[in-house]
Amino acid sequence: MDLAGFLIQCLNSLQYGLLLFLVASGLTLIFGIMGVINLAHGSFYMIGAYMAYALAPIVAATFGGGFVSTLLLGLVLAVVLGYLLEWAFFSFLYEREHLQQVLMTYGLILVFEELRSILVGDDVHGVAAPDWLSGTIPLGDVMTYPVYRLFISAVCLALAVAMYFVFSRTRLGMMIRAGSTNREMVQSLGVDIKFLYRVVFAAGVAIAVLAGMIAAPVSSIYPGMGNQVLIFCFVVVVIGGIGSIRGAMLAALLIGVVDTFGKVLFPEAAGVLVYVLMALVLLWKPDGLFRAGS
Amino acid sequence: MRTHRRFLIAAALSAVALAPTLAQAQAAPKLKVGLMLPYTGTYAALGNAIENGFKLYVEEKGGKLGGREIEYFKVDDESAPPKATDNVNKLVKRDDVDVLIGTVHSGVAMAMAKVAKDTGTLMIDPNAGADAVTGPMCAPNIFRSSFSNWQPGYAMGEVLAKRGVKTAVTITWNYSAGAESVNGFKEAFEKGGGKVLKDLTVPFPSQEFQALLTEIASIKPDAVYTFFAGAGAVKFVKDYAAAGLKKTVPLYGAGFLTDGTLDAQGDAADGLETTLHYADGLNTARDNAFRLAYAKAYKLQPDVYAVQGYDAAQMLNIGLTAVKGDTSKKAEFAAALRKAKIDSPRGTFALSKSHNPVQDMYLRKVVGHENKMVSIAVKGLADPGRGCKM
Repeated sequence: MDLAGFLIQCLNSLQYGLLLFLVASGLTLIFGIMGVINLAHGSFYMIGAYMAYALAPIVAATFGGGFVSTLLLGLVLAVVLGYLLEWAFFSFLYEREHLQQVLMTYGLILVFEELRSILVGDDVHGVAAPDWLSGTIPLGDVMTYPVYRLFISAVCLALAVAMYFVFSRTRLGMMIRAGSTNREMVQSLGVDIKFLYRVVFAAGVAIAVLAGMIAAPVSSIYPGMGNQVLIFCFVVVVIGGIGSIRGAMLAALLIGVVDTFGKVLFPEAAGVLVYVLMALVLLWKPDGLFRAGS
Repeated sequence: MRTHRRFLIAAALSAVALAPTLAQAQAAPKLKVGLMLPYTGTYAALGNAIENGFKLYVEEKGGKLGGREIEYFKVDDESAPPKATDNVNKLVKRDDVDVLIGTVHSGVAMAMAKVAKDTGTLMIDPNAGADAVTGPMCAPNIFRSSFSNWQPGYAMGEVLAKRGVKTAVTITWNYSAGAESVNGFKEAFEKGGGKVLKDLTVPFPSQEFQALLTEIASIKPDAVYTFFAGAGAVKFVKDYAAAGLKKTVPLYGAGFLTDGTLDAQGDAADGLETTLHYADGLNTARDNAFRLAYAKAYKLQPDVYAVQGYDAAQMLNIGLTAVKGDTSKKAEFAAALRKAKIDSPRGTFALSKSHNPVQDMYLRKVVGHENKMVSIAVKGLADPGRGCKM
């Protein structure tokens, strides 16, 4: 591998890592900070991708189209969905065992997949990137780099900074962190923890849906797509340390590097390298890279 | 009093229960057809197309094959190899089906073939291309109405070698279907004087190709041969175009790269050339009639999977007609099929000694969201059926 090739692969690693963070960040919020094991996280990602596909024509017909307005409409719907789900299902789960959380969220996966099948069908779909982001940048003499991938990276970085700021620097973030440590105490101090959690959960769902919508133009949209990302999301959160946004970011970037260079240098082992990485990190630091509060 | 009433009820019930048995005794019992196909998951659309094609032919024959009415038993195999043996046993042991039709996923089809081979149940594979089904796993009661993974690969290798392409890189998922397709390509391409510089693989079902696209750009081959299907094909074709490689290193593939995926791939697929045993715009009377009938029945355009389902029913009919509906005469059933010319919408085909179609492979080009037939890449291509002892 020459220097130019190496640098391009580094760019690929960085970009893939950031995409992974984007997809996993909603799970960091719900699983990492609220402590609910949410297997349906992949389904929210899938719902986002299908929204990008199905909402675009509707938005085009009513508001005259636009990538950004589709994103905004999707986000509003996602917040409503998240709020309703928390009210109807998840609010009963905080005090329960992890096994019950796994069972219920697994049930939700089945429900969402079936609804998707009824509403949109089982075909594979693709979404085009908006015109103003569909350009490419030349990279070497035979290759180009799509601008849209750089846009994704920018969104990831913005989201990461925003999440980090809200959780570690604001009063709201402080209340949420306190609530995850001791719900009753925060409640007795006069904070409406129920409402607060409902909002955080809705935000987690919205971020997952946003990730799906943003990733749609560079991925294909197909039945069961959420299950593919779910495992990587858990790997990111666990390597990073449960509850740590900084850790999730670092973990996502690490996985990006290992996966990219693994495919090039050790193609035979590429499928397991990420899990080897996870095993090594957990052997070295059983709580992940940055355990919240440590 | 109470016992008397009970007796009356029992008598009435047994009369009801006996009535249909008596009626059935006069006609031949229905033929039990076990459809083991994916109805959920990534391949759900393919499973439905195969079932539609199968039922279309049965309807054309007035609901009967070989003089017997059909009763369907359906199992959703979810394209999940770990559940495959249990699923096929549901059909073979619980429902006691006369014939198995399935499936899409090669790993699941291998489990089905194993059970079919062990129990002697008739099986027709309407898609899964695993070479082994008509190779080492071949059996007198196992047939295929589709293709072997080797076939489209071999055809494309021959086309590129004839064009004078010197070097190629292959890229596929690191699983058996991909490897078999690439092997077929390599065999013909290197026989024709070409050289495969590198075989790239991605873990299945990962869809992150960027690292390997960079690798292709640094090797700079004359051509890239690929095997991807479904969602992975959509992503790969879009990524390949977005990386600017489509203009500098032409992409070729087995037909699944652009089958059932063109709407999702959009402009990125324009002009791609692939090889397969079916194409749009064949414009034969047989194909046109099939397409019209399918469109009328299902309000959908048929695809290669529908053709394979349709032909599975045709093959079953040919065998059943020869044995007059008696599925226990396996040797005669197989002998009839080995002699048969199957009048498929794709063009007439026969079966090889190992029961895989000997068929024309078409070179197709993506034009206006259709896989237009360009020419016949290889005429009457037979899978070598390596490892088949029968």
